[in-house]
Amino acid sequence: MTNNAIFRTCPDTGLRFHGPAETLIKLNAVAAVVFLLVGGIMGIGVGLTRWPEVHLLGPQDFYTTLTSHGINVLIFWIIFFEIAALYFVSSVVLGCRLATPKLGYLAFLLMVIGALVNNYAVWSLSSAVMMTSYAPMPAHWAFYLGLILFAVGALIGCFIFLGTLVIAKKEKTYEGSIPLVTFGGLTACIIAIFTIASGAIILVPTLLWQLGYVSNIDAGVYRLIWWAFGHSSQQINVATHVTVWYMVGALVFGAKPLSEKVSRFAFVLYIAVLQIASAHHLLVDPGVGTEWKIFNTSYAMYLAVMASMVHGLTVPGSMEAAQRARGYTNGLFEWLRKAPWGNPVFSSTMISIVGFGFLGGISGVMMGAEQLNLIVHNTLYVPGHFHATVVLGTTLAFMGITYWLVPVLFRRELILTSWCKWQPYIFGLGMTGVSVFMMGAGTLGLPRRHWDAAFTSSSFPYEFPSSAMALMSLNGLSVVLAAIGGGMFCLIIVGTLLFGKKVGQEEKFPRVMVATPPTEAQYVTLHRSGNAISGTLLLAGVFLIAFVVYYFINWKYLAETWGMS
Amino acid sequence: MTSLSPPDQKVWWKKPIDRAELIWIFIVVIWGIILTLMMPLWHIFGEQNLSTETYRTTPQRYMEKTQAFVDQYTVRTEGDRQFPVVAPPAGEDIYMVARLWDWWPILELKQGQSYRLHLNSIDWNHGFSLQPANLNIQVLPGYEHVLTITPNATGEYSVICNEYCGINHHNMVGKIYVVE
Ligand SMILES: [Cu+2]
Repeated sequence: MTNNAIFRTCPDTGLRFHGPAETLIKLNAVAAVVFLLVGGIMGIGVGLTRWPEVHLLGPQDFYTTLTSHGINVLIFWIIFFEIAALYFVSSVVLGCRLATPKLGYLAFLLMVIGALVNNYAVWSLSSAVMMTSYAPMPAHWAFYLGLILFAVGALIGCFIFLGTLVIAKKEKTYEGSIPLVTFGGLTACIIAIFTIASGAIILVPTLLWQLGYVSNIDAGVYRLIWWAFGHSSQQINVATHVTVWYMVGALVFGAKPLSEKVSRFAFVLYIAVLQIASAHHLLVDPGVGTEWKIFNTSYAMYLAVMASMVHGLTVPGSMEAAQRARGYTNGLFEWLRKAPWGNPVFSSTMISIVGFGFLGGISGVMMGAEQLNLIVHNTLYVPGHFHATVVLGTTLAFMGITYWLVPVLFRRELILTSWCKWQPYIFGLGMTGVSVFMMGAGTLGLPRRHWDAAFTSSSFPYEFPSSAMALMSLNGLSVVLAAIGGGMFCLIIVGTLLFGKKVGQEEKFPRVMVATPPTEAQYVTLHRSGNAISGTLLLAGVFLIAFVVYYFINWKYLAETWGMS
Repeated sequence: MTSLSPPDQKVWWKKPIDRAELIWIFIVVIWGIILTLMMPLWHIFGEQNLSTETYRTTPQRYMEKTQAFVDQYTVRTEGDRQFPVVAPPAGEDIYMVARLWDWWPILELKQGQSYRLHLNSIDWNHGFSLQPANLNIQVLPGYEHVLTITPNATGEYSVICNEYCGINHHNMVGKIYVVE
């Protein structure tokens, strides 16, 4: 039953918005930003405590704040945003009504209640057990219940997305195959369903254990299944932020995929390799065999790595092709120099691509090698790595697209436009520092999730090299910079929602919101030149060299430590 | 047509792939194979490979074994809590307990000799992090992990805990001496 009255056509983008879909996208996106703000503030507390000269919080507050930081940003901010993104790439991109909006509101409500219950447990029911809540360390049952409610809500959101695809197909709102960004959303959705199922398999028994119905949770089995959940949830992030990259390419440059086949196949690889990719979290665990570890890290991880390396070429490559087709053909990099670096939608995306690839990708592969994991497991290297993937990669990509979404959805002009210009760079630079300095300190052995690396109250204190402590001071400074960038973002977005200049439903923004794609003839000329993505290829080559060099340097480090067999 | 619209060709999967893309995919696949091969190769030629020898155990059973080991080889005690310093002969099975919030006992090993180190937690997850050698191993309750270690330099090493284990996690530090 289609009702045209609840559709509006956006004058800037030509997209058709289904009323309830639009409301749900707004609700989920705003909730996301609220949890980003909360989790971000917690992050400042963590960073300032790890700064040796500041050492802000006491141990109890530190561990509680760290738990809260992880859950609020890694789970709540990101998944609220992903649900908004799923609704967008289905309902809006396909111009189709959203399936069962009422269930959408229920899903949203469950997610909000779950997030609140979990936060309450962390803060008031002494459940500072970190995001991973490794049993048999117990949390209050409300901790697990909150996560389960949140997950059920997210699961409903996934099925609404799938339902919307079915409706769009049946009502023929598009022709041929679904667009690439919708396809990316579909992979994220499938991964999310697998993720939530794994989460249920481990969190439900853990909840029952805390309620007294299950006598014992095995520590090894908990880690195995928890990581099937924890790892795949990161795979949702990757699938979604790569989708956002392609979307930004289309919005800013009118770019199209270099090859539909290659890009879609690379998305499919993310799903294909999911099963036990959690293996690389268990590389130094007892109870799992060598062959199992090698098999599951190689096939399950490297195929995903290959997929990301392919996207890493095709996303900037498609931007380059569009720019060159439009006439920016001089040298290797005119297309890049003439890119809109002052537009936060683009600059955020570019920093996201580079940060995710160079810092997050390379470090992830390094520590995912069975033996190399010995020199970094549970050190600060690990949070250093995932601040590059999840913050530089995912969060910055989501921030970038928010700069586009907010005006389009709320019909308000962004406030503080000069801040908008600088924000991605400030946040990106701060977070690059956070990643790099934590990875550096981790290489020197500093532990993660640790209140006092100076060991002032320990019976047998250990003194880390002063260089490690200096890195933590630099990390503290970077946290401040990132916090300024994050604060600017929240202020711009919330300020725009409240005070942004209103733009009428029929009125247009005074700037181009969706670039006109190059013509087919322009692409044909470009391809005849045989030079469509030469700049991107050179950058890819630089990336590969950095990757190879860094990877083998770490084998050399490993060779220098104690022998073990 | 862009990434936001359906592919312009209905049978997009038949469109040939660009050469540049094909070259990159080829390089990426080769690199993936090298990454995969490095792990088995290090098992053959490398010196640092984590043993997977693991036994089911209980806190009582593991404490008994460790206590017997401590009783047999203790050479002195250290610190206000009288931590035993245990100096076992080379090649021996040696035991370390992870518990809230100690690594117990202190070990004294000989450089260049190999020992079969048993690791187990009697309560929650802990992280065996040997500094400054920077070897890091997850320690779980219920799983007795046996690995052969060969210290390659003399000195005073610390074992810090790098898996969060509650409010005194940051005080959980043990010691291993390596002597000539
Ligand atoms: Cu511990």
